[in-house]
Amino acid sequence: MERRLTSYIWKHTKFQQLWILFIVALSMVPYFMSFDLPKQIVNGPIQGSGFDTPDAVKLFMKLEVSLPLFGKVVLFPGIELGRMPTLFALSMVFLLFVVINGLFKYYINTYKGRLGERLLRRIRFELVDRVLRFPPDVFKRVKGSEIANMVNNEVEPMGGFTGDAFVSPALLGGQALTALVFIFVQSFWLGLITTALVSVQALIIPRMRRRLLVLGRERQLTARELAGRVGEMVEGIDAIHAFDTSNYERADVAARLGRIFKIRYDIYQWKFMVKFINNSLASFTPFLFYIVGGYLALKGKVDIGQLVAVIAAYKDLPGPLKDLIDWDQNRQDVQIKYAQVVGQFSVDGMVDPAIQAVGEGAALKPPLAAVNLTLSDDSGARLLDRINVQVRPGERVALTGDAAGGEALAAAFARLSWPDAGKVVAGGEDIHSLPESITGRAISYASTDVHFFSGSLRDNLFYGLKHRPMGPPSAEDPGMAWRLREAQLSGNPVHDIKADWIDYAAAGATGPEDLIRAVAPVLDAVQLSRDILDLALRATADAARRPGIADSVIAMRRAFRATLEERGQTSLIDHFEPGAYNDQSTVGENLLFGNAIGPALMPGALGRNPYFRQVLERDGLDRALYEMGFEIAENAIELFGDLPADHPFFQQLTFMGAEDLPAYQALVKRLNGKDYAEVPAEDRPTIIRLSFAYAEPRHRFGLLTDEMKERIVRARQQFHAGLPASLQGQIEAYDPARYMPSASLMDNVVFGRVNNRHADGAERVQEIVRGLMDRLGLYDDFLSIGLDFEVGTGGKRLTLAQRQKASLARALLRRTGYQVMNRPLTAVDPRVRAQIVENVLTLLSGQEPAPALIWVMTDSALASRFDRILTFAGPLVASDGRGGGGAAGTGEPAGDGVDASVAQVESRAGTQAGAKTGA
Amino acid sequence: MGTMLFKDEVRMLRQVPLFAGMEAARLKLLAFTSDRVSYQAGEILFHQGDIGDAAYVILAGQAEILADSGKGPVKVAEVGENSIVGEIAILCEATRTATVKAATPIEALRIRKEQFLKLLTDFPDVTIQVMRVLAERLSQTTMALTAERSSRTDAG
Repeated sequence: MERRLTSYIWKHTKFQQLWILFIVALSMVPYFMSFDLPKQIVNGPIQGSGFDTPDAVKLFMKLEVSLPLFGKVVLFPGIELGRMPTLFALSMVFLLFVVINGLFKYYINTYKGRLGERLLRRIRFELVDRVLRFPPDVFKRVKGSEIANMVNNEVEPMGGFTGDAFVSPALLGGQALTALVFIFVQSFWLGLITTALVSVQALIIPRMRRRLLVLGRERQLTARELAGRVGEMVEGIDAIHAFDTSNYERADVAARLGRIFKIRYDIYQWKFMVKFINNSLASFTPFLFYIVGGYLALKGKVDIGQLVAVIAAYKDLPGPLKDLIDWDQNRQDVQIKYAQVVGQFSVDGMVDPAIQAVGEGAALKPPLAAVNLTLSDDSGARLLDRINVQVRPGERVALTGDAAGGEALAAAFARLSWPDAGKVVAGGEDIHSLPESITGRAISYASTDVHFFSGSLRDNLFYGLKHRPMGPPSAEDPGMAWRLREAQLSGNPVHDIKADWIDYAAAGATGPEDLIRAVAPVLDAVQLSRDILDLALRATADAARRPGIADSVIAMRRAFRATLEERGQTSLIDHFEPGAYNDQSTVGENLLFGNAIGPALMPGALGRNPYFRQVLERDGLDRALYEMGFEIAENAIELFGDLPADHPFFQQLTFMGAEDLPAYQALVKRLNGKDYAEVPAEDRPTIIRLSFAYAEPRHRFGLLTDEMKERIVRARQQFHAGLPASLQGQIEAYDPARYMPSASLMDNVVFGRVNNRHADGAERVQEIVRGLMDRLGLYDDFLSIGLDFEVGTGGKRLTLAQRQKASLARALLRRTGYQVMNRPLTAVDPRVRAQIVENVLTLLSGQEPAPALIWVMTDSALASRFDRILTFAGPLVASDGRGGGGAAGTGEPAGDGVDASVAQVESRAGTQAGAKTGA
Repeated sequence: MGTMLFKDEVRMLRQVPLFAGMEAARLKLLAFTSDRVSYQAGEILFHQGDIGDAAYVILAGQAEILADSGKGPVKVAEVGENSIVGEIAILCEATRTATVKAATPIEALRIRKEQFLKLLTDFPDVTIQVMRVLAERLSQTTMALTAERSSRTDAG
């Protein structure tokens, strides 16, 4: 990127700048013409000059041009008009000029705006493009939020400046110069005085503003640091909470804000000081005119008429001059910002754009090998010391021993670290010189540190398949052509983000239809399928987006019930039946008998809903519920009355909070012995509310008789039958034959309440539902729904173990020649980890051709399942031997790769005391 | 069984020696904060060796107490209504000393450890009552042991 913003702007917008200059010049013509019109109108038709007699006429719109060779050329002979028609005609012309000027202004402003926005888009894209090409060590020192702040906020003013970068100085300079020339024409001496004062202004003011620029830069840096610090706090929020350091962080932020305040306040002081001086200087000139000009005039050296003309001309000078100085200030300001940002984004060792160019991808030449590879960590400690290792196609290598060495080697194989010396080669070529389109599609990598992007689990799992748009641009998009053209005009790439980017073939699939089937074995191998199915069961599915899901779920609901009956476990679930009371649900749930999806029927608002209350009153149910609520209140007071408010037992009290208890105590005392009819209307809902939360199996107060249950069911039926139109969209009633979009799939299938008296009821239900999924052939559908789960920022909505398994799956589902696993399952329990390693070995050996597998692990028992075991001791390979899992390897004995590294270890053993050579 | 209510549970808890001397209000609180659970015949309430998290008061039905031996589980006792099982594990950090299996369908009240301990810490009268019961048990055990020993000594 150019070092100066103006050169950058000129380079990318020179034609547009010239065009807009031309348009601005053109706009001056009607602008100046409209200046003369008012005078013509007043002098001509209104004051009557030239219309001496009532029937006098004048030529209107006579246009003639004098050309050197042709003499006068009459373009339009003009028409003769009387006084009144001339007034109308001239006024119309005036109106026309007003419109034309307005249109010019409109065009110029939009054009400049668009120019600025395009340049802003270009700068921002270029900056992000650079981030993508930074060498890895840069990311250890820059903060993400600082970069984001630069890309987002700091470059913003540059867009605004772009439109004015060349037009403003031309225009304002022209205006100022015209005024100055005019003054000179009137009086040479006064012109000279003006020039002198203007020069003083032009010299002093920018000088004084220099401090403003310094402060501006400080403001930029401190604001950026603040953004970085806030970002850090958000990322480290757990540490802040855990160590009670929130006040330390508060103090830090307050200190930073204090500094920013001071800088900004300084800026204000200086700014208005400069303004004051500038204004004073500007007013000093007329003062000189009066005193010097007046003196000269009195002495007869200057004509009084000239002096008046000079003073009149001068009033046109300060305006443009001030704007010009402001423009220059703005220019320097954005230039500093620009230089700051560009400096941050110009780092050494940036990846060559060609390395990342969109490419077809080609096979990576075997074998993959480390040659004299030396790597150090940031403190300078050796991680790898002149390592020579060769991995043949299909070979399965376990890296064990000291973890740091294995990890460093795996990261180097995945092209993630830049060696101090030596290199990683593929078929003799340094992998750092190969395009990423080759290495990135031939080597898959999974490590302990998992990063997921916010989006669905599906997006993240298939992330490794998105190298370039595979399909045509998204179909019949009307804005497509415009988007592409604009992208080109701003130097952005034209790939359509909405196109299908997934490289199905790379996952062993032929298209979107069989992708799930192709990756299902991978998900099984890493034992993630069950997690995903559980996610699906807890999710809601949009029936509109998934036609057929509603029917499948209803079928499952029936099958679930049938299974319970077959097994004699019907007591496990209390199913929702429109005509029966559901014992496991509360009274309120039984009345509502559906999912409230709008605010009017949510638990808090239900008791106040007029329609709902009207239904209750119809049957006198309100009285019964009141009596029930009253008994509940009495019971609660008896049980909990003498407990302190923070006692954990209050968690058992589901119908009221500990803080409500005193109010209820008072209420019960007041209402004791009163009949419902005597109870004040405002107290009724308070008591009735308690009955809504009552569930007999849970609270066991013995308040629900069969008669009461029948009345509740009747009220429920009346409630649903007469539901007014305003509440239609607020509730989804339980209907055994209908799918409920607002409920989770699990709730839809179970369609009832699990009976809590069965100690392991919930697990038994889950097990039956899982079995049904397979039996009804809905496995793929549910897997697909589970994959829609939003993983949250950095995948934090998944557990670490799930994230690691998903990251492993993300690598494994790519059919690449090399699979590099860098301790990918540290958060997974060792027993499961061993199973997964076993599964992965089986999975990969079934692929044709079987990929090479490099796995960093600490468990040597597991390592024995591999063809070859490399054991690290510090930065050296201590041993390189055959493992026990040779069955599915290349079959040939480990070749020169082994010999080379063993030889190296042996040769080094002599020179380096203490180096372990445990071969 | 489903008709057994809170007040019945309180009445039954009172039959359990450990809770017999407890104030009515405390007993109600204990009942209210416990869960009602049911088991079918053959289902396991808990396994020997597990970490104990709750005691069970059997409200209805019969349970078998099984101890692991070299030849598999051996039935050592059978308990019925108003008995408490698993109380040792909620009073100390021991694992379950036996397996309890439902011999008939069982209705039980599950008293979770944290609820019970909370009751003990908050109400000293409850603690004293529990201590008294435990001390009685200990003295019985000691007496039984002494009697056993002296009978052995006599025999030997």
